[in-house]
Amino acid sequence: MISIYDFIETLTTDSGFWNPLIWGVAIVIAFLIVYIIRGFGNKGYKKETEQTKVFLSGNPEYKEEKMHVKASNLYWGFTESLKWVYKVLDKMHTGNVSDYVLWFVIIMGTLFIILGVI
Amino acid sequence: MIYNIPYIAVVALILIGLYAVIFKRNLIKIVIGITLIESGVNLFLITLAYRQDSIAPIYHGEISRLMSLPVPHALTLTSIVIGVAVLALMLSLVIHIYRHYGTLDARKIGREEE
Amino acid sequence: MNLETIITHSPALIVAVPLLGAFLTPLVGKINDKLRNVFVILTVGLTTFFVFLLANDIFSSGNIRTYVFGGGTPITDGGFAIRILFEVDGLNAFMAIIASILALACVIYSWAFMKENTGLDKYYTLILLMVAGMFGMILTGDMFNFFVFLEITSISSCVLIAFWTNKGKAVDAGFKYIVISATGALFILFAIAILYSQYNALNMAFLANSIQYTFLDKIALVLLIAGLAMKAGIVPMHMWLPDAYGRAPSSVTLILVGATQVSLYGVLRMTFTLYGSQLTIPLKQIGDTSITMNGLLGITLIALALITILVGVLMALKQTDFKRLIAFAAVGEIGYIVLAIGAGLTAMGTSYGNMAFRGGIFHIINDALDVGLLFLVAGAIYYATKQTSLNQMGGLSRNMKYTTVFFLIGLLAVAGMPPMNGFASKLLIYQSTYQVNPIIAIVAILCSILLLAVFVKVFHSAFLGPKLPKFKDVKDVPKSMLLAMGIIACFIIFFGLFPEFVVNNLVKPAADAIINNTNYITTVIGGAVP
Repeated sequence: MISIYDFIETLTTDSGFWNPLIWGVAIVIAFLIVYIIRGFGNKGYKKETEQTKVFLSGNPEYKEEKMHVKASNLYWGFTESLKWVYKVLDKMHTGNVSDYVLWFVIIMGTLFIILGVI
Repeated sequence: MIYNIPYIAVVALILIGLYAVIFKRNLIKIVIGITLIESGVNLFLITLAYRQDSIAPIYHGEISRLMSLPVPHALTLTSIVIGVAVLALMLSLVIHIYRHYGTLDARKIGREEE
Repeated sequence: MNLETIITHSPALIVAVPLLGAFLTPLVGKINDKLRNVFVILTVGLTTFFVFLLANDIFSSGNIRTYVFGGGTPITDGGFAIRILFEVDGLNAFMAIIASILALACVIYSWAFMKENTGLDKYYTLILLMVAGMFGMILTGDMFNFFVFLEITSISSCVLIAFWTNKGKAVDAGFKYIVISATGALFILFAIAILYSQYNALNMAFLANSIQYTFLDKIALVLLIAGLAMKAGIVPMHMWLPDAYGRAPSSVTLILVGATQVSLYGVLRMTFTLYGSQLTIPLKQIGDTSITMNGLLGITLIALALITILVGVLMALKQTDFKRLIAFAAVGEIGYIVLAIGAGLTAMGTSYGNMAFRGGIFHIINDALDVGLLFLVAGAIYYATKQTSLNQMGGLSRNMKYTTVFFLIGLLAVAGMPPMNGFASKLLIYQSTYQVNPIIAIVAILCSILLLAVFVKVFHSAFLGPKLPKFKDVKDVPKSMLLAMGIIACFIIFFGLFPEFVVNNLVKPAADAIINNTNYITTVIGGAVP
């Protein structure tokens, strides 16, 4: 029969362990610390005054559609610096069903050379 | 040598089929290529069943002679039935693709922006 | 009729109930649409009940259950009857649990998600056929039977991918899928024929007992691995997967994830059970080092897995289509499973090798649940806004609270953040691969971080930001879709909070079935089967 103790056992690996309960306790402590630090904050915050308005270095606020950063603009630097990788990858993904089968044949051949010949 | 001819035919059929699938642009030709591969595999299964001087595996009161293997025959029949289903499905999809794009060129379909 | 009788017959019932239900569905659909939906959910629910009953029996007793179709007179040399045999050990039961959870979530989700479509009788028929095919592939112990169920699964899933025939792209994806799967399946059949020609048998246990690892066996192994790996979506044979996942209806994608995992199960079954006894025998001696089969295959799989993870994650980072992005992430996740299997193969017999197998097996269920949940969220967003491109979305968390919570759970789980289930299995994988080679573990961890970045991008662009005027009237999705997402989310949290319980009771029997195939063989060969 399954007992309650089976549920709270620690997942042990060869050189480490993982127990969500310990993690939970750690998170609660972390939140407490955050809450304490929050207590030191400035109490002068008032809702729906000038304080809460968006401030863009004095520029006027954009409309809502323009304020939102679109998905294709995110990680621009990352994709730009890895352009050479993406060039190769885009070349690979042709979208032709013939190429899909060609890759299958290539992998079959490689596996055959590795497993069959050696 | 004469007994190896079916096996050579099997390999040839599969290779021709693969060639058609990989190097042909027309979707119908790709479908034909898959059918060729399938024929090759079916031929291989049937060839396995053959024994020299054997008769069909049907008991009819005769003195027992060497019979060819019935299991590959059953497998081949199943495989043919599955193949027909796949073929019909592929052709119906080709009809739909032609209706949408007006072409059967594999390099021109499915690329429009949504 | 007592419980024991039901368990004895459940391997057959698990396949038979959805199969019968599939062909009854159009008849029930003539009466009433709601009745049909209830009927389909009940059918899948009954199947799930049988699966859990059978799995509970197998996991608690450790036995292997067989179910014989057909007669028992020995015909072939060696005295083995030609008949279809279902054989269920820990690995089979484990995969059946995954398939049943996904199938149940799919039919519940479909209730609201597919409501506005026509031809739903056919839709539900195909869903049930696909479920039956998946369970058949999982439970069968016969090679040819495996091929037949593989074809049933791929034919029905192809039609489901192209279900929205008014979209040209969906039909195109369906055609690509059928070409790929037909080619793969034919090569698998070719391999089965090669094995039959040598050993005069189609039963997996009998073949595993008598396999010699001749040159023809090598060819058969290559064909089997390549064919099944293509259906599992391993780079560079993954390209059909983003097309198919991205363009199918979300509920279908959920089952497709299951079908992919089942193909991966096929790779495991063929490699470890069929060729299990030949894996550690040295092939050649070069100098002091002897080349063994498991080393070669393991290194090959690790190389393929690293490419799979890298390509999947890097391509996911760039996508702007929501479902296509998740599909590439799914490719990366499959890479982790294959990485664990490869690491386990190279270190077969050591303790960390066993740990790698446990991590890989555990990750199969985690991957299916996490990626499945994300696809359901993508479907929910499509249902509410009719948008698929991330560029058009924004501020959805203000209107769709529950969906946002489910997405966050899926995000944390798929990126391997504690305390979700993805972390537990990835921890096992990192630690075991680190002992094989530290570089592998480093690449795996880096890619996991990138995966987090990918989904943070999705979270930002779809859910955060100001409330867009065009989504002013968007409401949260209907209850059935929330229920389906909730079921999967509950499993994710449960697996995350009690990892050791899951590893001990579910994963370990399955991993043991991989490591040692003698039980699987002796159950059939030793005369236990009538």
